[in-house]
Amino acid sequence: MAFLHAAGSKVSSLKERRSLLPYLLLAPGIIWLFTFFVLPIVNLARTSTQTPIANGDTGSYEQTYRFANYIDAFIDNKEQFSRSFIYAFLATVLALAIAYPLAYGIAFKSGKYKNLLLVLVVAPFFTSFLLRTIAWKQILGEEGPVIAILRGIQIIGDNTSLTASAFAVVTGMTYNFLPFMTLPLYASLERIDPRTMEAAGDLYANAFTTFRKVTVPLSMPGVVAGTLLTFIPAAGDYVNAAILGNPNTKMLGNVIESRFFKIVDYPTAAALSFTLMAAILILVTIYIRKAGTEELV
Amino acid sequence: MRLTWWFRKNLIRIYMVLGFTYLFVPVAYTFAFSFNNGGKSNLVWKGFTLSNWQNPCGAPDVCLALGNSIRVGLISTVAATILGTLIAFALGRHQFKGRSTTNTLIFLPMATPEVVLGASLLAMFLNLGINPGFWPVVIAHVMFCISFVVVTVKARIASLDPRLEQAAMDLYANEFETFRKITLPLVAPGIAGAALLAFSLSFDDFIITNFNSGTLTTFPKFVYVASARGIPAQANVIGSAMFFLALFIVIAGQLVNRRKAR
Repeated sequence: MAFLHAAGSKVSSLKERRSLLPYLLLAPGIIWLFTFFVLPIVNLARTSTQTPIANGDTGSYEQTYRFANYIDAFIDNKEQFSRSFIYAFLATVLALAIAYPLAYGIAFKSGKYKNLLLVLVVAPFFTSFLLRTIAWKQILGEEGPVIAILRGIQIIGDNTSLTASAFAVVTGMTYNFLPFMTLPLYASLERIDPRTMEAAGDLYANAFTTFRKVTVPLSMPGVVAGTLLTFIPAAGDYVNAAILGNPNTKMLGNVIESRFFKIVDYPTAAALSFTLMAAILILVTIYIRKAGTEELV
Repeated sequence: MRLTWWFRKNLIRIYMVLGFTYLFVPVAYTFAFSFNNGGKSNLVWKGFTLSNWQNPCGAPDVCLALGNSIRVGLISTVAATILGTLIAFALGRHQFKGRSTTNTLIFLPMATPEVVLGASLLAMFLNLGINPGFWPVVIAHVMFCISFVVVTVKARIASLDPRLEQAAMDLYANEFETFRKITLPLVAPGIAGAALLAFSLSFDDFIITNFNSGTLTTFPKFVYVASARGIPAQANVIGSAMFFLALFIVIAGQLVNRRKAR
């Protein structure tokens, strides 16, 4: 390598051009992200402390640095706020429970069909997200198979329905965010050297102990990535709650959406957006610390 | 006894069958109801018909919405793939100051809830006096697709064997020739994958689109608005067709890769 460096220093203009090259490559994309991601977020922060102009039109606001907007917004919507996090948590746990054995089976038990099965895991998500959510409304609906079976074996009564409920919202969320859980899990399981598991077996660990002491710890990066990729969009989602829920299952996303469009209350929408983001960031930081995989981010 | 033994041995397989059933039930529903003779409301099975497939644009506005989605998707995909690939090469092949800031800026849009991305961008457009519509949607889609392109292409670059490029240099190829003849062809499948991902993210996006589209109707927005009063079966036809098309592209891509590998 040393001779390469020597050759490089001889042609100093080339070297200068080279040191500039990465910035030229970065510039267009970074400028785009700065203009259409960073600036809007800064602008949203400014909007969040505005108040309505006295005697002004609906939707006109002035900057008064009223930080109490955050407190008001939180107190008015604390139910939706906690609901967002409870639903997102339930959906993440359920998705993990469904995706882990699936990813495990694909990585270790499917031989030459591995790639085909992996495609099949992602395939359902080629149909529109909204069509799938509406399909759940039909599946869980009065005419659907699930309710007929559950009523048939008398788990639920004739007057109980499954749609327009928290159950339906969580089911839809679990389903819709499943690939975000399955793919990172598969990626980290697939990377495990099968010889580590054989070694555990040679050392008289039974199948369950091997799984618990070898497979699970080695797949932790996938678990962490998958839960984050599921939890973050789930906490901010409002489509599942809008289609599969009822007025008592509204999440924070529904409130932000209606504050924006129906009530044109931009400051409250902005304050709620920031509260949501801050809460997610805090939870994610704690989680990553606890999971002990800081190299991930 | 034998039954429990069989059950334990095949536990993971049984589980996989159940898992795949769960995954495919809504798709099967969407597909089945594309043959429903249900008229305007497609919630209850009313009999089999092929007419929806023969006339996929039969319902008002469904093909207009589809056309808008395809246009937005194609433009956003091209722009996001170019911008994201350039960033991926900078991160994957160069040392420079500000690398960790760049990584954070790439990561943050993926960690921000869509509702916040959509609301913040709309608030800025409104402040600047820009009306929501086609171009604001394209701008928004490029913004959220860039990060996914960077991550996908960067992973491909990281998996390349650096000795291949060194070998080309040893054989007197200059930097540009090495890039064009060795690096780019090897990274190309990653770029193609990233473009497919970007298109499907753009095509399927509802939340950010809903904030920034104004009167523009995209396919997901059409479905959402229609869901209140019943979705025409033509929407199921288009959803099913997209499913088979995407499945075909992915499987064909894998077969091509396998043949190349031989």
